[in-house]
Amino acid sequence: MVSIENLHKKFGKNQVLKGVDLSINEGGIFAVLGPNGSGKTTLIKSVLGMVIPDKGTIEVQGNNINKSSEYRHKIDYLPQIANFPSNLKVKELIKMIKDLRKPTNEEIHLIELFKLEPFLDKKLGNLSGGTKQKVNIVLTFMFDSPLIILDEPTSGLDPISLIRLKDLIQAEKAKGKTILITSHIMSFVEEVSDEIVFLLEGKIYFKGTIQDLKTKTKQPDFDHAIASILTNNHA
Amino acid sequence: MLKILKYSFYDLMRSRWSYVYFAFYLLLGVVLLFLNNDLSKAVITLMNVIIVLVPLIGTIFGVMYYYNSKEFTELLLAQPLKRPSIFLGQYLGVALSLSMSLILGLGIPFVFYGLFKSGAIWDFSLLLITGVFLTLIFTALAFNIALSNENKIKGFGYAILLWLLLAIIYDGVFLMTLILFEDYPLDKLSLVGTMLNPIDLSRTLILLKLDISALLGYTGAVFKQFFGTNFGLIVSFSVLVVWVMLPVWRIVFKSKKKDF
Repeated sequence: MVSIENLHKKFGKNQVLKGVDLSINEGGIFAVLGPNGSGKTTLIKSVLGMVIPDKGTIEVQGNNINKSSEYRHKIDYLPQIANFPSNLKVKELIKMIKDLRKPTNEEIHLIELFKLEPFLDKKLGNLSGGTKQKVNIVLTFMFDSPLIILDEPTSGLDPISLIRLKDLIQAEKAKGKTILITSHIMSFVEEVSDEIVFLLEGKIYFKGTIQDLKTKTKQPDFDHAIASILTNNHA
Repeated sequence: MLKILKYSFYDLMRSRWSYVYFAFYLLLGVVLLFLNNDLSKAVITLMNVIIVLVPLIGTIFGVMYYYNSKEFTELLLAQPLKRPSIFLGQYLGVALSLSMSLILGLGIPFVFYGLFKSGAIWDFSLLLITGVFLTLIFTALAFNIALSNENKIKGFGYAILLWLLLAIIYDGVFLMTLILFEDYPLDKLSLVGTMLNPIDLSRTLILLKLDISALLGYTGAVFKQFFGTNFGLIVSFSVLVVWVMLPVWRIVFKSKKKDF
């Protein structure tokens, strides 16, 4: 699905990615974890073509993404911070994104799921952070793309919406899609992900299931396993 | 690109600032006509305001719009869209909505005053055309500054500095050079100097069309010889077009290389 080879990226003097090799197979939920500044977002943004790598190649479904924009038809992306033009109404925004990508009717079901009907005629500038995040989720999930990338999807969500989001992620997985998630909430990651990719200082430190990680670090639970990686590496 | 342009334009057309800008020109037009009671004189006064104000508004609005829509731009970047089309669409959205505020705001009072029956219509059109050019130029410059500076405060600082430089400091330095080298023939130099700054170029273009170039003395005569002819007019507009093209080209170039 996604294969990354020898990816390097430097911001000024800060070498963020130092030769990342990663291949993600089709189907399943992959969590990208790592301490702050380990390059999670940079990695994800490189796949999206928002960050242009200094070195290395990225392929999505076998096609090199270099200087192409068409491949993004196959990716749904949920950004970390959702901020929309404040003068547009929610339904206008949905219409606009549909207009930019492709027609779909999936949003009706999603709007209902996240109880967004009362907000459809409100301007985006007047929405609360959590509601904006829900709109963001609707925009992400309404296209039926084979690869879904979620950057901190839980931020600002209330408990009910969080449960709905988890269900939604599982439903997408059941359709055979590949889902990439970054999150700082370990319980969320442990619950949803099949496999984790642990980034440390710009390199892949670990890739495998949570069970493998527990065995490798000899820790009884996931939280402690992650903590032990971080303390052992003084990160 | 057209879709992005459409939505940016639509978004801006509903923003309060577009209306404030529009209302300001409307008021300015009405007041000037009322005070001057004469179309041609109103055009001259307007020119002085437009030449300074349009670049300022274009710069500030351009920078502000870019920084304000940064997160949304990131959302657009994740869509199957080409980078230049996103940024050119946004740029044109800002520039066109500003131009529209200018044209409608000034146009409405002048039309009601009887613009179409008066001889000032060409002068007035020239005023609006240069106004639109200045908007296009300075919004593009503003986008360039914003694209190159992640830091908002720095971006705003450079934008204001750019405006100060072209609208005020340039003239000062230009004048000083002319005084300093007054023993030498300077008509060619001053002609080139005028061409290089879009604000000066617009001002000269309008002044010479208004037939008050006699006030400019000997240099005025040289200018009239050049700008007054069709050749001069074509060269001037070409220079203005180049002034639009260069920053627009850099928007495209820069946007392809930038990390978000």
